[in-house]
Amino acid sequence: MKNRIDNQKWYVDNFNLFKSSNKNVFSTLSNKAIEKFKTLEFPTKKDEEWKYININPLLKNNFLPSSLSANSSVNLETIEEYTLDNLDVYRFVFVNGIFNSELSTGLDFGKDIIAGSLSNLLNKNDTRLEKLFDIKNKLQKDNNIFNLLNTAFLHDGFLLYLPKGTIIDKPFHVINISTGNNKLLNQPHNLIHLESNSKAEIIFEYVSEKATEHFTNIVTEISVDENANLNVYKIQNESPNAFHIENSNILQKNSSVVKHFSLSFGALITRNNINAELDGENVENNLYGLYLGNKNQQIDNHTFIEHIKPNSNSNELYKGILDDDAKGIFSGKILVQKEAQKTNAFQSNKSVLLSNKAISDSKPQLEIYADDVKCSHGATVGKLDQEALFYIRSRGVPLELARSMLIRAFIDDVVKEISIEQLREKINHTIFQHLKRVEF
Amino acid sequence: MIKIKNLHANVEGTEILKGINLTVNRGEVHAIMGPNGSGKSTLANVLAGHSAYEVTEGEIIFDGKNIIEMEPDERAREGLFLAFQYPIEIPGVSNSIFLRTALDEIRKHKGEPELTPKEFLSLLKEKAQILGMDTSLINRALNQGFSGGEKKRNEILQLLMLNPKLAILDETDSGLDIDALRIVSEGVNAYKSKDNAVIVVTHYQRLLDYIVPDFVHVLYKGRIVKSGTKDLALELEERGYDWIIKEQPETV
Ligand SMILES: Nc1ncnc2c1ncn2[C@@H]1O[C@H](COP(=O)(O)OP(=O)(O)OP(=O)(O)O)[C@@H](O)[C@H]1O
Ligand SMILES: [Mg+2]
Repeated sequence: MKNRIDNQKWYVDNFNLFKSSNKNVFSTLSNKAIEKFKTLEFPTKKDEEWKYININPLLKNNFLPSSLSANSSVNLETIEEYTLDNLDVYRFVFVNGIFNSELSTGLDFGKDIIAGSLSNLLNKNDTRLEKLFDIKNKLQKDNNIFNLLNTAFLHDGFLLYLPKGTIIDKPFHVINISTGNNKLLNQPHNLIHLESNSKAEIIFEYVSEKATEHFTNIVTEISVDENANLNVYKIQNESPNAFHIENSNILQKNSSVVKHFSLSFGALITRNNINAELDGENVENNLYGLYLGNKNQQIDNHTFIEHIKPNSNSNELYKGILDDDAKGIFSGKILVQKEAQKTNAFQSNKSVLLSNKAISDSKPQLEIYADDVKCSHGATVGKLDQEALFYIRSRGVPLELARSMLIRAFIDDVVKEISIEQLREKINHTIFQHLKRVEF
Repeated sequence: MIKIKNLHANVEGTEILKGINLTVNRGEVHAIMGPNGSGKSTLANVLAGHSAYEVTEGEIIFDGKNIIEMEPDERAREGLFLAFQYPIEIPGVSNSIFLRTALDEIRKHKGEPELTPKEFLSLLKEKAQILGMDTSLINRALNQGFSGGEKKRNEILQLLMLNPKLAILDETDSGLDIDALRIVSEGVNAYKSKDNAVIVVTHYQRLLDYIVPDFVHVLYKGRIVKSGTKDLALELEERGYDWIIKEQPETV
């Protein structure tokens, strides 16, 4: 208890330092956020939304907001380790949450497109920002303390604005690397807005240069207008001692299509919250998740999908592989409003336990106010199929490789949805590397 | 090739195999017949090393080595192959990648170089053609959604690709239509040579018209109770098992 209060006070004290050095269009927003932050408390297991995860190890630490620490950089070679073979991308690199233009490539866009660092626009006091993002209403319904912590220290993040009909030819690869001292708090604030009929793919990759204990607390706001199409691949492969929280909000209008992947490998504690508001007809919303835990990792995925208008589809598929003492949590809520007739909502969470001590908790919730809908959810937890293992081994394949084949098979329906081939290969490689198993 | 001596095996504490003795030499084909539940598949699974079966007594000498302590994959790399009575479906594992992986492991074990993708594909095409298999099956997930007959063909495709020393075919004929039975049998005959051996488990003579056995054994209640030549199978076809069962002592 004391830990929590001290921890909260630490961030408030640091805010006062941050405030004096920071004057931009968002300072009012920051002030409001810290005021609200003060009125809340960090969650405990008594909170329904946090009941399966233990975040005490996170709250025991006072992390220094990176905007208050000395600027740091990493070598270009370090960044190039993350590049995908022969894949042409627009690369944006953030070091400890702060944009680094020297490590970034291919940044020339027409004047109507905004792609890059949020801080560049913040510091220019560009009024387009206010128009793009509904600042006035931004905090009204926000009661998430981590979200407020991020907004209070708002200073940088990946910003993408595509005007009507803009088709982006290659993916954005946004690499967020944490480096330097222990105990830094990195808080990217990503804002994505696709106007009607535009199209983009973004790979968000969160990594650590060393095995440091740091805290990455992200806010990602995504808004997709009519007929626009967005693929988001979020890869979290941070240090095994890191803490990682992301709050994503996705707002979709008529006939828009979003495919969002949460691919979690690293960090001691991971919490991904996704809120998707399907505020249009014929919307397609696809949320895919893959989480791999070993040692004493905890990975907690929360999704909330709200169907507001008729004739939209949502489809969720989360798969976990848990080894050693790892814990995987999935909590998915689907809310279908009265007006949202002919909704199709499908949700599935499956996990495989590779050890007797690994744990999987799954909590689906459906709340439906419309009468003509198709909704389903399902959750399974199991071990690798012994008969399948025997079959594979009976053809000469050694046990470890046979296990890898079945693991690979288990997650195939998520991996095959990744439309970038090089990314599929990278994910495949990361899976086996992370599980310390033979690659298949 | 294989010498099974006084083999006893349990499943969940119940003894199913009660002292099997069987010797199969290089170049021979042995048929094992017997009523439902007599232990034919159990024997096949025990030979392949399934962990649900516990060997309580006896020896299995395969190609000079006692394999009882060997893992199933080691046995397979040593050249033992079981075509399953009920091949299972494994969604998400591609049939061809699976075969490729298995073949690589077996070749590695023999000290042979891995095949290039091109060599592998042409071998696969050649073998699939013998079995009249559609190439679309090869690119699908392992047995997933395959018809009963397609699964059986796929087992024999694996046999032809892996080319083991000993093939145990557990009711490969069940579920095959008349044409498929002939084609699959021709596949098995294409595999057969003077250097390898085949054990066929079947209920029906018609398979043995194609794959002609040198010896026929009747398995009953976990023991081989009668052995003979191919004529024994013809006699069983005509007379059933009753007469053999009646010859058995009441209790043991
Ligand atoms: N895994 C198992 N668990 C429990 N019982 C088993 C298991 N495997 C085999 N048995 C039992 O052992 C006995 C022999 O079964 P097996 O499958 O070997 O017979 P079979 O001769 O192959 O019969 P069929 O001709 O019907 O294929 C049966 O009574 C069966 O129920
Ligand atoms: Mg059987």
